[in-house]
Amino acid sequence: MSESANPAADAAEDEEASADATTVAPANGAAAVVAALESADVETAFGVQGGAIMPVYDALYSSSIEHVTMAHEQGAAHAADAYGVVTGTPGVCLATSGPGATNLVTGIADASMDSDAMLALTGQVPSHMVGSDAFQETDTTGVTAPITKHNYFASDSKTVGDVVGEAFALAEVGRPGPTLVDLPKDVSFGETDRAPKLPEAPARSKPDPEADAEEVEAAASVIERAEKPLCLFGGGVVKGDATDEARAFAREHGIPVVTTMPGIGSFPEDDDLCLSWAGMHGTGYANMAISHTDCLIAVGTRFDDRLTGGVDTFAPGADVVHVDIDPAEISKNVHADYPVVGDAGTVLEQLEVAMERSPDAKEWCEQCTAWREEYPMDYAVDADEPVKPQFVVEAFDAATGDDAIVTTGVGQHQMWAAQYWTFTEPRTFVSSHGLGTMGYGLPGAIGARLAADDDREIVCFDGDGSFLMTIQELSVAVRENLDITVVVLNNEYIGMVRQWQDAFFEGRHMASEYDWMPEFDKLAEAFGARGFRIDSYDEVADVVGEALAYDGPSVVDAHIDPRENVYPMVSSGGANGEFALTEDQL
Amino acid sequence: MAGPRPDERPQPTARRNAQGIRIDPDAEAEPAQRTAVISALVDHEPGVLSRVSGLFSRRQFNIESLTVGPTTVEGHARITLVIHETEPGIDQAKKQLGKLKPVIALGELGDNAVRSELVLLKVRGDEPDKVHAITEMYEGRTLDAGPRTITVEITGHERKIDDAVDAFRQFGIIEISRTGQTALERGDSPTTPGEEPGHSAATDDATPNYDD
Repeated sequence: MSESANPAADAAEDEEASADATTVAPANGAAAVVAALESADVETAFGVQGGAIMPVYDALYSSSIEHVTMAHEQGAAHAADAYGVVTGTPGVCLATSGPGATNLVTGIADASMDSDAMLALTGQVPSHMVGSDAFQETDTTGVTAPITKHNYFASDSKTVGDVVGEAFALAEVGRPGPTLVDLPKDVSFGETDRAPKLPEAPARSKPDPEADAEEVEAAASVIERAEKPLCLFGGGVVKGDATDEARAFAREHGIPVVTTMPGIGSFPEDDDLCLSWAGMHGTGYANMAISHTDCLIAVGTRFDDRLTGGVDTFAPGADVVHVDIDPAEISKNVHADYPVVGDAGTVLEQLEVAMERSPDAKEWCEQCTAWREEYPMDYAVDADEPVKPQFVVEAFDAATGDDAIVTTGVGQHQMWAAQYWTFTEPRTFVSSHGLGTMGYGLPGAIGARLAADDDREIVCFDGDGSFLMTIQELSVAVRENLDITVVVLNNEYIGMVRQWQDAFFEGRHMASEYDWMPEFDKLAEAFGARGFRIDSYDEVADVVGEALAYDGPSVVDAHIDPRENVYPMVSSGGANGEFALTEDQL
Repeated sequence: MAGPRPDERPQPTARRNAQGIRIDPDAEAEPAQRTAVISALVDHEPGVLSRVSGLFSRRQFNIESLTVGPTTVEGHARITLVIHETEPGIDQAKKQLGKLKPVIALGELGDNAVRSELVLLKVRGDEPDKVHAITEMYEGRTLDAGPRTITVEITGHERKIDDAVDAFRQFGIIEISRTGQTALERGDSPTTPGEEPGHSAATDDATPNYDD
């Protein structure tokens, strides 16, 4: 424990000392909060100032932590989420009490659904006013209890630093998720000279990475006997940093691989074994493989309904081996015949040791290849027609390296980006999966930009409707001069809704037609970014080159074929193998 | 795109049920529900009950009763939950409960466990002798008796309480308040895994050790 005589002066005057927070006693609760973040090696935080969080911001004034002021707290939460996805450590966001905290809620819920490690710090009215409906008061721990891994109401200046450290560590241990600490203003202002403990998750929250040996043996044995084995790699493979083990396992045993959407990047999509991702808009061959496998080796997936369609028809002939760090995911949606609770990478290594031979899957691999040829991912390009969105995605993919990071909003554009970009590396597809949050793309790109090395390209594919939801964050990208390229696949529709209206509501386009869209290239210029526009195929190559070359934020307003819809499509609750390739097949 | 239409593609005939369990067509049956008594040791801190009840409501578990109170260990409380669910539902409820950070340990009690609840009944006071007789029959206590109402307390197993309530109906029940079940394992069996039986803070300095 440090005994510094004048901690406030130390912190203000000596930047080096403030960086080494555990040796410098904080002056108040807020300084302890910041010291805890520093000892957790937090480099960047996203947030918006406000009354109840002001003491924490004041403590950040003399900290080495880079704070990025966002235009809206929702943007702060998404940016922190994406930052966490790219770095593999929890992203941090801050907001004031009341509206600041409630504005974080969408971003926290998004992180929760996608098991993204994130720490949210919210200001709160002073303790003695809590419960009185004071100005800008909200029961933040109550509101966020269902969407956080755990949340804390800090009640003591002397321990608030410990609480923040624990919350940070808890966010990333085991199955990641968002945590929140609510900070009453008096606790932030309250004096303390106690340096916070090093961030550490509670012992009982730390799962054993190793799976039970008997469970592993049983799983290994059923995989060895399988004739039609299939690996299903989910977001847990990426988040658990298990891509090396996953790739080695599938290749060693010659087992075809499908991923979930969050699992994109866990296995290279240009590999012969890879059938790309399965689910509602996944490839036909991935969905055929899911339908016909006799042994599904599912790692780090929670069997979301967008993956499974109707549970009754999901991999109905398969022995399901389910590997997950969270025992509550086992048999939650799909019964696991062979449950294996443990860390993805560790369990895959255990399986590798336990397996004495590879399954004989030659015929099955040939069948998967045949399906790949039978149901290819393609689209028609007619030079006279408006540009197809898939073409734009492929053009950007071709012009960027393997380590480029794609972020997206939510909608048709998200599906085209996921379908037509060839992902080969983990943590390169940053999207809103479980919650499906329109508007995730731009703040996600800002978070990804600050997390990634400067030489990596950040491309955000957004839809016109999705972009408008968080477009104000463009001001942040300009102010911080962030080199990101936003590609708006603009069809002047809430396209995915329109697609469903065409399919299931007899084409009544209620509130999905956006015939009053702004010109995004000009809007970008108004923000101070570079604006580009694409109306025809012959403009694509030049715009792609110029937008990527521009050293700062640019927006490409790509006017695409408004009639284009996303296929293949498994209808909601339908069977994976009964995907439609055109609307008349729905 | 090429490839056959959905109805022309080879499709598997096997199926799963609503719990995602593969169905044996010869033995397909609706999953039966059963009642489970779950005991959870939790950190005795503000908000813990709302976290537990919130978890059960948002995940749509069919909760019968929930009781909570401190244990002999400072800072610990015991929550006893009774749920009526299918087997996978009970399993899921236990696992979700176990994920909550304030939950120290939890277990499901066996059929042999000691289970009890308390009911307060307020009935019309027109026939005090008969009310007293029924109260005696169920080993209850009269807590309040006036010219118009009599209030009695009955404790015991859920079935005994149900029977007692039925018996009191003849007098006209005015108000009723039931606590829901609380329960402990019998003998030396720990109620939650690792919990040591038999220590009392008043008579024994040894702190129960939940880490074993």
